[in-house]
Amino acid sequence: MSTAEVTPDEPVEPRANRAAAAGQWVIDRPLVMLSVILVLLLIACEIYSPGYFSAERVGTILSFSAPLAFLAAGQTLVMLTAGIDLSVAATATAAAYIMAGQASRGTATALLIAVLVGLIVGLINGIGVGVFRVNPLIMTLGMASIVSGYLTVSAQSFVTGVPLVPDFVRELAVGNLIGEAIPKSLLLWVPVAALILLGLRYSGYGRTLYAVGDNPIACRLAGVRVWQVLLVTYVLCSILSAVGGVLYVGVINAADLQLVSPYLLPSVAAVVIGGTSIFGGIGGYSGTILGAIILVVLDSLLTLLDASQAVKQIIYGSIILLLAWLYATSTKRV
Amino acid sequence: MSTVDEVSAPVGRKGTDWRRVGNRHGWTIGVYVLLLLLILAYIWALAPVAFTSFDLKTIVLGGLPLAFAAMAQSVIIISGGIDLSLGVMVAIINVSAASLMEGKSFGSAILISLLLMAMGIALGTINGTLIVLTGVPDIVVTLAMSFVWGGVALLIMRTPGGGAPTEFQSLGTGSFGSEWIPAGAIVIALILLVAWLPIRWRRSGFAIFAIGSNRERAYLSGVNVNRTRVLAYAIGGFFAAMAGLALTATTGIGTPYSGNFITLNSVAAAVLGGVSLAGGKGGLVGPVAAAFCLTLVPAIMVFQGIDPNYSQVIQGALIVVVVMIAGLLLLRERR
Repeated sequence: MSTAEVTPDEPVEPRANRAAAAGQWVIDRPLVMLSVILVLLLIACEIYSPGYFSAERVGTILSFSAPLAFLAAGQTLVMLTAGIDLSVAATATAAAYIMAGQASRGTATALLIAVLVGLIVGLINGIGVGVFRVNPLIMTLGMASIVSGYLTVSAQSFVTGVPLVPDFVRELAVGNLIGEAIPKSLLLWVPVAALILLGLRYSGYGRTLYAVGDNPIACRLAGVRVWQVLLVTYVLCSILSAVGGVLYVGVINAADLQLVSPYLLPSVAAVVIGGTSIFGGIGGYSGTILGAIILVVLDSLLTLLDASQAVKQIIYGSIILLLAWLYATSTKRV
Repeated sequence: MSTVDEVSAPVGRKGTDWRRVGNRHGWTIGVYVLLLLLILAYIWALAPVAFTSFDLKTIVLGGLPLAFAAMAQSVIIISGGIDLSLGVMVAIINVSAASLMEGKSFGSAILISLLLMAMGIALGTINGTLIVLTGVPDIVVTLAMSFVWGGVALLIMRTPGGGAPTEFQSLGTGSFGSEWIPAGAIVIALILLVAWLPIRWRRSGFAIFAIGSNRERAYLSGVNVNRTRVLAYAIGGFFAAMAGLALTATTGIGTPYSGNFITLNSVAAAVLGGVSLAGGKGGLVGPVAAAFCLTLVPAIMVFQGIDPNYSQVIQGALIVVVVMIAGLLLLRERR
């Protein structure tokens, strides 16, 4: 803005400025807004059902949030490149199902196979999007239908011995670490989250990720091998989804062919609520973590309200839309 | 494929420029060739049993709901949007039709259909208005709305049920004139002629292509971008209503969960039918054929004794490979 536009006779109100500055401060830190929303939701739960808030409840919320947060972590990385991965749920289901089916070979082998499933799906997605330039929506949509179709067809051949969820996975997903409030899944979640948060900020890959999402053409002209960045991102996303699937099967303690599919849309919603732009280049994992926890708390609030499935869905959808709207209007003012 | 830029190409040339026809309609022609090949494969898979008019009707009624859903998604994608709540909108119309029409006469069933078409337009308008008002990306709004509309569908009908008069069902399952002309095909052709073409060749139709192609340039040329975006979603809502009615006519009942597979398959059919996800390119004729292609694949596999679940794998692979080839062709064209 040029100085000529400022009219000197306009009264300057420091009070209003301070309010605007405070508003700006909140807008610059979406985490503050998200934390407030989370606290409000928890207060609503507590008001509706006194005694809701307990150490055990915190543990339950965290252990249900962990799988969603893993799926949403992958989704965040992909969305930062202006893509979307609609195969996260199918990948997570396949990884969890095959892991349970191969459990008789030993826990370590079964877990390795689960990660391998993620690696393969991610490689195909990454080659499609990065090398062949297929639209990410179409590529991952097609991949989701290939993975879940193939899993259904060959479900039997993936099972050797008695299918079961290994004790290690079960313990990791729902076991308590300290008291009842801190589940053991945090042992996995916290380091991975730290790695993603620090990696996005300080590593070359992280910064290239934002750059590719912001302007892929400028990146290519600057000498970045965009296809390699995309390939790595989709592989990471699928592996994170596979881990999320393994954690989820640990929470549920039974594997079926539709296991993680209810988490597909929430994985996108968590990222959007968390402030990552669907057009890429803006956002990060910290918002996504809060987004995932908010969605889990919201779900438990709606269960507390004893609403029918129909009403629950309507409220859930409206709140996601409302949060996205708040986000869009508040960032537009900047 | 047609683009807005090509529309303004010099007119009045004598004779047919085959290269231009190939460029503009090559993709659509290709999809129809694929459909023909798949029908031949269907006949071959059926052998030694003869292919009768009944089989033709089965093919048409199997693909009818998806064909309308593909048209809905195509209009929206051409305008530069995408509607992930399309399937549940279809489900809303489906359950409303089945619960309202049960035990009614043909006349009142037609009246109810008209009412539900208006309701479809209203649902689409709500989606479009929310997108324009909130300024949130299309994909996020319609994703959230898919939860909302899904809840509404469940409110109307909790478990599959309801019904429709037989005469109404014959609109989807019957034949028209000759045994070899399925009524469903006539309905699609009629809707394309009566509901889409008048809009397509009018200012508002061009505006839909224009905002999909380049929103800023469309705005600078005097197109009311927001109104056109809402219009595209409203037209999509109308076609979604047709898909819901077709679903009621072909299955005879309402199912609140019927929408899940429709949303994703409608996007797939639109893309396979030559609509560019970037917007501004494509038409509705190609996606109709693509929808039938997508429903023929599992039918053929059933006859071959292959696990029909493989069809999901093949559908997925088909979509990815086709889009990949299209991308490579585009790259070659640019060089």
